[in-house]
Amino acid sequence: MATLFANSATLLGKELRTEFRSRELLTTTIVFVLMVVVLFSFTFDPSTAESRRFGPGLLWLAFLFAASLMLQPCFLREQNNDTLSSLRLAVSDPFAIFLAKVGANTLFLLVTELLMLPIFAVLYNVPVLPELPWLIVVLFLGSLGISVAGTALSAISAQARMRELLLPLLLLPLLTPVLVASTEVTVGLMDREPSVQWKGIGFLAVFDLVFLTALWLFGEYLLEE
Amino acid sequence: MTKRLLLGIVALLLVIAAAYASLYLAPEERTMGVIQRIFYFHVSSAWAGFSAFLICFVANLLYVWRRDQKYDWLGVSAAEVGLAFTTVVLITGPIWAHPVWGIWWTWDARLTSTFILWLLYVSYLLLRTLVEEPDRRALLSSLFGIFAFLDVPLVFGAIRWWRTQHPSPVILGGANSGLDPTMKMVFFFSAFAMHILMIFLVMERYEVEKMAGEVEVLRREVEVV
Amino acid sequence: MNSFKLPPTGLRFEKIDKRYGGLYALRRVTFEIAPGECVVLAGRNGSGKTTLLRVASQIVRPTAGKLSFPGRDTAATGGNGLHGRPGYVAHTTMVYDELTAEENLVFFAKLQNVEQPVERAGELLREVGLIDRRTSPVRTFSRGMRQRIAIARALIHRPSVLLFDEPATGLDPTGIAWLANSLRELNKAGCTIVMSLHGESEISTLATRAVRLDAGAVVDDTNSGASLRSILNFGVA
Repeated sequence: MATLFANSATLLGKELRTEFRSRELLTTTIVFVLMVVVLFSFTFDPSTAESRRFGPGLLWLAFLFAASLMLQPCFLREQNNDTLSSLRLAVSDPFAIFLAKVGANTLFLLVTELLMLPIFAVLYNVPVLPELPWLIVVLFLGSLGISVAGTALSAISAQARMRELLLPLLLLPLLTPVLVASTEVTVGLMDREPSVQWKGIGFLAVFDLVFLTALWLFGEYLLEE
Repeated sequence: MTKRLLLGIVALLLVIAAAYASLYLAPEERTMGVIQRIFYFHVSSAWAGFSAFLICFVANLLYVWRRDQKYDWLGVSAAEVGLAFTTVVLITGPIWAHPVWGIWWTWDARLTSTFILWLLYVSYLLLRTLVEEPDRRALLSSLFGIFAFLDVPLVFGAIRWWRTQHPSPVILGGANSGLDPTMKMVFFFSAFAMHILMIFLVMERYEVEKMAGEVEVLRREVEVV
Repeated sequence: MNSFKLPPTGLRFEKIDKRYGGLYALRRVTFEIAPGECVVLAGRNGSGKTTLLRVASQIVRPTAGKLSFPGRDTAATGGNGLHGRPGYVAHTTMVYDELTAEENLVFFAKLQNVEQPVERAGELLREVGLIDRRTSPVRTFSRGMRQRIAIARALIHRPSVLLFDEPATGLDPTGIAWLANSLRELNKAGCTIVMSLHGESEISTLATRAVRLDAGAVVDDTNSGASLRSILNFGVA
């Protein structure tokens, strides 16, 4: 058990070190989300009332699209020099590999989202500061759900053809519950009279737990050769 | 061979009988009129489709555990048949909705969730076309199938809780609460007939897949030589 | 790589099959390697050598059959199975191009609970002659250097079994001499070595045993009387 967490920590360190050296994932993801958010704003008249109602949904949709692109290199880059094999040889529990990647992906998504929040607030005239702590909670739970499902499916799509199209195709329908629940909670938080939707938060936590458990049970088969 | 033929004949007879019962035996519904009779067909297809996906899920689990090809054949057969029935649901929905409410799509919770279900299993089949090696294909699609099925209750839950707030015509209307006893009988008979048809179709599709699998093995052996 | 004794570990293949679709890469492969042996796997391209090594390393799961390591006793290795997994050197380096040589080795050492990972990494870098390139990213390495970092990674956890897929590839004569010497030292320390080779070389002189594969099946074994020479030079008089 201790080895699992120790291994995950070592692996997470490697993931973060690799990303912070090149920063290519983060920069491309942030720019992509920015583009989508701006383009969306052209598709309707952003009066404050409409922005409050539609904005959060469009924001989460942008995160989802960005994630389905950002998650592609996750296992693809381990095909370079077959490092996936050396990882599998080195760790005693393959779940450590997944925990580390889920952790890294959640972190990257969260950083992107937090950077986007002020920009979103300005473009759509929606207040984000008052309920910021709760916003961070829903961003975290939603991003965790996206990461868990996305990391698992990335392991699958890396082994198939047309993987650039395949990952979004597999991931987007699967993440519908996250999209719906996260949007609802975010709408509640950005409302004229903000409220915390406990049902939504609980639902997201359940989603995260279900898929983390599934990943724990079936992860090693995803990496099998 | 003859057992399957017998089942096919029985299934056909049952479906014809159910159609007759829906059209002539069931009493006419008060508000919607004749078009309501599609309900027997529409909802039984949904149930049969769902049962097919359940069979697919079990087959997927068995494949990951046992690695016997026959579970893969069963999985893809059940998924295809389930998709066929689900397509029927998605088509009969608008056919029902239009004469009654004047709109083609109602964003009814169940119909919307069924659409996502449909997308998930289309992705399942698409994934299969993109993996060439048969054992790998079986393993990866089984794993995706497991994740997809675990997602289904979450999809239905999320959409039901948060996407039926605004008043929208519900396909089943008041039909679930206090169905006329004759209607109930006709409905369960239709559901039964659909299930028998589903089982027959899965068995037929299984035989085709089995033959295809065996041919592929032979073809690959010949190619090497 | 020197001055320690490894717990003797052998390998046992029992009716190993590996199937890819209709193609059998390995068919009912059955033989045993005694602890401390130095074995050469010979055979043409596509005969199954690489697949067998990958099965032995436990990266590839066999379709049928059983792989075991007789003699391996986790208690003797301090309870953390330190010498547990075989060391495996493949055609690719299996290290990260973007990280430095030192970062890679420390990373793999930490994952396998090697004591004093930084020191151990330094020790190996010295052994393989890469100590002055420790802070260079692996992507800047030449072919020969990549081979050496791959070897270092495989040996980081002091494995009692070393699996080597075509060790001589990409090395110049000096490199081959160095490798032959290193393998000799390892074998003396008790490491069981299994390597796949194409033909005779300075490295093949280390072998005490050879097994030939053809189309995924074992067709010849020095244990059953064939000469080492004939197996290595199959087809040649």
